[in-house]
Amino acid sequence: MEIVGMDQISPDQVIFWTWGFVTINATLVYTWFVMAILVAGSWWITRRISRDLTIPRWQNFLEVVVSGIRGEIREIVPERADYYLPFIGTLFLFIALSNLLAVVPGYVAPTSSLMTTGALAICVFISVPLFGIVGHGVKHYIKEYFQPTFIFFPFHVMGEISRTLALMVRLFGNIMSHEKVIAILLAVTPLFFPVVMQALGLLIGLIQAYIFAILAMVYISSAAQAHDEQLHRSGGEKAH
Amino acid sequence: MDTMSFIAIASIITAGFCMGIGAIGPSLAQGRAVQGALSSIAQQPDERNSLTRTLFVGLAMIESIAIYCFVISMILIFANPFWGVAIRKIGG
Repeated sequence: MEIVGMDQISPDQVIFWTWGFVTINATLVYTWFVMAILVAGSWWITRRISRDLTIPRWQNFLEVVVSGIRGEIREIVPERADYYLPFIGTLFLFIALSNLLAVVPGYVAPTSSLMTTGALAICVFISVPLFGIVGHGVKHYIKEYFQPTFIFFPFHVMGEISRTLALMVRLFGNIMSHEKVIAILLAVTPLFFPVVMQALGLLIGLIQAYIFAILAMVYISSAAQAHDEQLHRSGGEKAH
Repeated sequence: MDTMSFIAIASIITAGFCMGIGAIGPSLAQGRAVQGALSSIAQQPDERNSLTRTLFVGLAMIESIAIYCFVISMILIFANPFWGVAIRKIGG
């Protein structure tokens, strides 16, 4: 079963239903599918959590996932891991699930569309100044753009935009290229090789989700922490 | 040779060259990065976790250059913007 044809580059071009200017394409449908799985799964698991010595197995699974994500965040931001956990964890879980489900027949990863990855990258692009401003105030955050002199302002802005673009194209390119490789292999050697490539695709999908979350965390913490170091430095000089 | 086939030939050949030449630099760079990380792990096995994490992030950064080339060659093959211009010119 092939939903996205060989001559189509993204699931945006597969249109299921259209009414006026409302168009429901494959990307939207599979994004809703992933969202439904995440929401329903977490509702169903957390419905009966216990604090006894023996816990349900699915609660154990969720605890492993959440504490793993928190541990990774703590490696980057040692002091405020729980503050960033909801945003970074949501990004990671959504991307990881939508990449891992690619082994299910009839499923097309919504991350193989540039629109989905663009939306995720814009979330990171907006959250970087938000976390910076919430942490240190508007004045300090804007002042950071004019460091060391005001000439560097356009370079800072260009850096923000280009790394958002890189985040977007990296995830899209990896997942889309993998789907295209599998489609080509299915046409060339249909018996055994596509299975091996699917197994490799699980690894690639998980690594890309990890990298997206880690890079988002690094960007946010660099916006929020550069000020910390500066404040510490100026505070230290004052103390002397 | 009409405009359409000229555009097709140019985009297919350019897509191949883009991918082929664009993969040289990132693959050399990735080899160097993995080499450095492996020798660092051999020297300091205790730091394996942070080295591996940094290696993965760095590899993703390097790989994104090759991914740009791949996306451009895919756009040239699947979603070439010059097709529309050529079709409009021929059609009227």
